[in-house]
Amino acid sequence: MHELSICQALLDQVEGIARDHGATRVERILLKVGPLSGVEPVLIQHAYTLAAAGTIAETAELVIETAEVRVHCTVCGVESPAAPNRLLCGACGSFQTRLVSGDEMLLAQLEMTIPDKTEPAA
Amino acid sequence: MCDTCGCNITPGNAHLVRADGKLGRTEDGRAAVTVLTGLLAENDHQAAHNREHFDHHRVLALNLMSSPGAGKTSLLEATIDALGSQLRIAVIEGDLETENDAVRIRAKGIPAIQIATGSACHLDAHMVHDALHHLDLTGIDILFIENVGNLVCPASFDLGQHRNVTLLSVPEGDDKPAKYPVMFRAADLVLCTKADLLSVLPEFVPERAEHYLRDLATTAPFAVVSTRGSGQLEPWLHWLQDELTAQRARLEQGRTLRPAIAPDGSRLHAAAGPAAESVSGHGHTHHHHDHDHAHHGHAHRHGHDGLDQDSGHLGSPGA
Repeated sequence: MHELSICQALLDQVEGIARDHGATRVERILLKVGPLSGVEPVLIQHAYTLAAAGTIAETAELVIETAEVRVHCTVCGVESPAAPNRLLCGACGSFQTRLVSGDEMLLAQLEMTIPDKTEPAA
Repeated sequence: MCDTCGCNITPGNAHLVRADGKLGRTEDGRAAVTVLTGLLAENDHQAAHNREHFDHHRVLALNLMSSPGAGKTSLLEATIDALGSQLRIAVIEGDLETENDAVRIRAKGIPAIQIATGSACHLDAHMVHDALHHLDLTGIDILFIENVGNLVCPASFDLGQHRNVTLLSVPEGDDKPAKYPVMFRAADLVLCTKADLLSVLPEFVPERAEHYLRDLATTAPFAVVSTRGSGQLEPWLHWLQDELTAQRARLEQGRTLRPAIAPDGSRLHAAAGPAAESVSGHGHTHHHHDHDHAHHGHAHRHGHDGLDQDSGHLGSPGA
């Protein structure tokens, strides 16, 4: 269950960004998570409820976009989808591939309520 | 997905972002901020500091990961017996509870710091940092960080180590790399341990384990070792000495290295966003390393923490 640690790290970032922008509330958090990141979106959702309690993001909607695992073959140059445990080229079968996507673990975007008259945050 | 070209902005969310900056407004008046920072940016920041600390002391730091009971501590004991007279070794031990492993290492005359993680299933860079306050690295050649026994979570956290070593013991079964791809993809070396049990567990086929490993598009060396009986530790001991020599040479040139596959958060450390700006405060200069092993990682990982990365592997298998 390292998802709880990750949620706590996420909330530290979210609170910092909200503070920097003088936000009063965080409305929506968009994450991008790939199957090879080692975190499970469902577990993140569960852990988030616990981690966010009492924070500025307590009522925020957490949206997790999953990323497809894709590899680029350095032998034949083809980019193809792959399974997380079989990262071989879909065209020529080579293992000399480079991951194009699938290991993301990103805070992509925040939506916040910021009062119109924005004073610098304390 | 990348951190520079804005390809995360899709037709579905483009309206959220103003053309002239990162702060846009949604239709109902919320402010929308594009962040694109790894979730573990804070951990990765601390890991970079740990790595600087190791490099300052010319220490090669290795992160040992495996299931519980795969033989990490036994491997360390045997390594100390074999190399303890030539190299100065220190150990950081991670377990949920007890000092048992640190006691075993100290019994060999080696400094060992135990991190009791409580319920945490992995070590993170901050725990290792705290442990380093209790460990004098002066004169140490190799620091082993024995992670919490767990084939899942430790793979996601950069500790500041230079290399990841993943153990797969014979009783676990040879398909572990297929079942736990995140962990085995992170390995710079895979050690198949408890080879002395191969005779009683013929269902474990080392070649099959290596085949599953290669399915993860990794060229990490795979070595079969045992700490019992006649030993069979040579591939591991040679790897250690080669890595130490290579790391010393890199440090001479003002370079260092990170594991070949870094946890995702770290590579976007330098991404746009408030949380990432602090990285420039380290006084690092950016270099680009020769990406001579194009299949090792992402081209866009280069120099993310301002340090040279050298992902040169030993014992690469044929294509």
